[in-house]
Amino acid sequence: MIVLENISKTFPSKNGVIKAVEEVTLHVRKGEIHGVIGYSGAGKSTLIRCVNLLERPTKGKVYINGQEITSLPNNELREVRKKIGMIFQGFNLLKTATVYDNVAIPLKLLGFSKEEVKKRVEKYLSIVGLEDKHHAYPSQLSGGQKQRVAIARALAQEPEILLSDEATSALDPETTDSILDLLLKINQELGITILLITHEMNVIQKICDYVYVMERGRIVEHGTTIELFTNPTHHTTKKFLSTIVQRKLSPSLISQLNVNGVVSRLTFVGESTGKPLLAEVSQKFNVKPNILAANIIELKNGIVGNIVVHLIGESEDIQAAIQYLRSQGVGTEELEG
Amino acid sequence: MSGSGQFTEKWLPIIGQAFIETVQMVSISLFFAVIIGIPLGILLVLTRPGQLFDNKWIYQILNLVINIIRSIPFIILLFFILPFTKFIVGTTIGVKGVIVPLVIYTAPYIARLMESALLEVESGIIEAYIAMGIKRRHIIWHVLLREARPSIILGLTIATVSLIGATAMAGLVGAGGLGDLAYRYGYLRYEVGVMYATVIILIILVQVIQSIGNRLATRMKKD
Repeated sequence: MIVLENISKTFPSKNGVIKAVEEVTLHVRKGEIHGVIGYSGAGKSTLIRCVNLLERPTKGKVYINGQEITSLPNNELREVRKKIGMIFQGFNLLKTATVYDNVAIPLKLLGFSKEEVKKRVEKYLSIVGLEDKHHAYPSQLSGGQKQRVAIARALAQEPEILLSDEATSALDPETTDSILDLLLKINQELGITILLITHEMNVIQKICDYVYVMERGRIVEHGTTIELFTNPTHHTTKKFLSTIVQRKLSPSLISQLNVNGVVSRLTFVGESTGKPLLAEVSQKFNVKPNILAANIIELKNGIVGNIVVHLIGESEDIQAAIQYLRSQGVGTEELEG
Repeated sequence: MSGSGQFTEKWLPIIGQAFIETVQMVSISLFFAVIIGIPLGILLVLTRPGQLFDNKWIYQILNLVINIIRSIPFIILLFFILPFTKFIVGTTIGVKGVIVPLVIYTAPYIARLMESALLEVESGIIEAYIAMGIKRRHIIWHVLLREARPSIILGLTIATVSLIGATAMAGLVGAGGLGDLAYRYGYLRYEVGVMYATVIILIILVQVIQSIGNRLATRMKKD
């Protein structure tokens, strides 16, 4: 659906060129929600703007539905853009127009008939839950409502793709959740493919199928959301995960506990969440598990459980127990002080 | 009572005539200044680096020309361009003769006011419309100008008020109007009453124009 191939973008500046995006390749499959996460300045905003060529990549190719678009003339590019909706952190609504007109004006300018405009505006404003706000002006709406208007405006063109440029970053946690629910609904009910960028891990957790972690213009790690939550390898990914899961115990505590055993993080996913594995371990091996911390994270496509456990016993027994847990599909990671 | 009655009887026709001349000069030159100034202002914004029609040369030249004209005081401009005025309208006196310098004085001012009004429109809104595949001319008209309307109205109000000031100086080329009246009768012949009357009329005129402008702008502004 969206393919970015070796995208690089540099900006000239007083202190030489700034490499905002470097050699990024990604592939968003039809009907999925993909997320790019990174800290500010990582280049993710530039990257998403390259998808509809708001920003022209310095190098690389952009394919939308198999069509390479960086070399298209203006009028054909406009046709492609009509199939790509976009929402922004700052909403970007007309301040001088009502909610109704904010959705209707682009449709009129795109040449839809009066009846069609009316039909679509009503339909999409009710999908985003603003059927009673037709005559309000943006200044009379809350941030979440403004973003809903922007979403209705994007949907009213009936796009195949929706790009979300930090759409929830200006919203409070509760409103963020409701907007995420709306995006999920759009994805599931209208089949719209979504590519979003964010710096909030809970956005990834709630709605993404696939994640790219971006740092200094590059994708440093990518995988399905479950893969990244269960088996992160890059330190940036781990840092983002630690915003959701407490990943660190104090080093002094760990070294204290390590004297008579091992402190290990066990990650359960899918089937392994259903078995009483720790009870089995204490029966089969001469090891006593002592649970220090535990939590469960609900991802879009599954549940991931995390247990930080102190395994007490002889080191051969502990190793055997860990081997057994691995064979049962549990992720393990020894924590050191 | 009889004194004021006499005053009114004697001066009302003259002041009325001058008022009409002022309104004529202001409205005609405002009309042409708007026709020239608004497109110039739009061009100034669109050709800026990073804008819809990014063009360094047009922008720089336009910027320079506007700055040059804006740095000449009206009273000097009035005489400075006499040959040009004669060439355009065939005369350098009367209402007709003063329209040309008034337009040349006001149009670049309006262009600058338009520039600042249009620059207030957030670039994000324009980007959102580009992303929707909407044509640039539609964006200029339905997004840029639409969103800038309140500031455009306020800008035009300021331009009109300064135009009224400029017409007062136009009396020097025999254009007539309230300024001319105040100068000739009030100053040269020391008819203090006429001076006061014209000043009061000018104050009321400016007040009325400014409040209309403010009210229109507030009504259009929805935040």
